[in-house]
Parts: sequence; structure tokens; C-alpha cells
Amino acid sequence: MSEQVVSREVVVGMPQGLHARPADQLAREARKWQSRIELLSDSQRVDGKSILDVLTLAAEAGTRLVVEATGPDAREALEAIGSLFDRNFNEQEWNEGQ
Amino acid sequence: MKFSDFVATDAIRSHVDAHTKEGVIREMAQSLVDAGSIAAGDLESIVKAIMKREDLGSTGIGRGVAVPHTKHPSVSRLVGTVAVSHDGVDFESLDGEPVQLFFLLVSPPDRPGDHLRALENISRQLRDETFCRHLKSAKGPIDIQHLLEEADSHGVAS
Repeated sequence: MSEQVVSREVVVGMPQGLHARPADQLAREARKWQSRIELLSDSQRVDGKSILDVLTLAAEAGTRLVVEATGPDAREALEAIGSLFDRNFNEQEWNEGQ
Repeated sequence: MKFSDFVATDAIRSHVDAHTKEGVIREMAQSLVDAGSIAAGDLESIVKAIMKREDLGSTGIGRGVAVPHTKHPSVSRLVGTVAVSHDGVDFESLDGEPVQLFFLLVSPPDRPGDHLRALENISRQLRDETFCRHLKSAKGPIDIQHLLEEADSHGVAS
């Protein structure tokens, strides 16, 4: 009854794209929330709580994705996930060499 | 991208001896040297770079699978190999489970797209439980090679 569905567009800002480490970070964050978190590309809809799923997007730098959250804490979950993209997953802090 | 685009067939190992993270990485890198995919002189530097990446967060992505990788200027194209540990190795995986299946990747620094597409292929195929189970029970490198070929021909090429 109280299930909310919220979504927003995000852009992959990291030069290396959405590779293993940010995919891990994303799935970890998504799993903190009760809501279902999905990522939508032009051709796919995947489970944001699964690293394997997120990696199958092969989202390169500049790719636009839609994050969709469905559930009781959808709004907060979406904000947390969106902020990871807004901060480029803190990539610049430890990207050297990788 | 298909497995055949980056997996060095001669470097596939169905029974790794090592029981530590660094040991497995070293054994796999050595198999790439033996297969002629990377130069012997680059071995140490590649192992070190892969371990440095592991320090940032384990590439043990769950389900008994790890994808140790690095960029390295010594390679001009993406090279990789596959190995199986029947005992399993503690890889500090995200789900805490020991790792049995390893996909090691070394990519040129200027080709992040190829690296992503290799990860995409590996991830997509590994969602298939049957594929994982067969890989883990492979008796020899030729079994693994056949499983990869089968995945390549039935999967959706991208």
C-alpha cells in the first residue's frame, strides 16, 4: 500500500566507467535498503543489489542510466544511490594505477 | 566481447596449487607468461599491480568467483585466463565465501571499454548456475576451454 516508486537519471562520470569497484560500492549501498533498486539502460533492467547484474551493464563513461527504487524507503535509497553517482563513487581518491 | 577474445587458452588451469590470494594470482600470471601472453620480465610488476588493486577492495564478487585484474602498460591488448581451485581460496570475498573460480585480466591502460566489456561477459555468463557448476567441476583445461566456447556460441555476442 505504502510502496513508493521513485526514479532519477544518473550519468556515469568516472573515466573508467562503471567497473568492478564502483559496481561493488553500488551493490553494497543498494543492499542497505529494503526497497528494490533497479538500474535501467537503453537495453537492460538490472538488479542494483547484484554486482554481477550491475557489471552486465558495461556502462562506459558518459552513459546515462535511470535508477529506480520501489519500496517503503525508496526515496532515501534513491538519494543515497544517486549521491554515489554525483560523487563519481569517490573515484579520484584512489583511482591511481587502476 | 567473447571469452575467446581475451582468454589465453594455453594459460587455462583446472587445478591451481596455491592456497592464498597472492599465490593464485602469481600462479595465473605465471601461466600467462608460459603461454607467451605476457613477458617474463613483467611478471613481478603485474602481480604487484593486481595485489595493489585487491588492497582497494577484493575482486571476489561472490558466488565463489573472483576477477583479479589490473591495467598494465606492457600489454597492447586485453589478455586473461581462467583458473579453478577445487579446495577454494580465501579471497576476502564480499560474501565471505572461498573462491573457486578465477578470471584474471590484464588490460592496456588506454582501453577501459574493453575491460568493461570483458567484465560484462564474465558477469553475464556467471549468472548461469549451471555454467558455474560445470566450470568448478572441470577435470582439465580442455573442459574449461569447451565450456567457454559453448558460452561464446550460445551467449549474446556484444
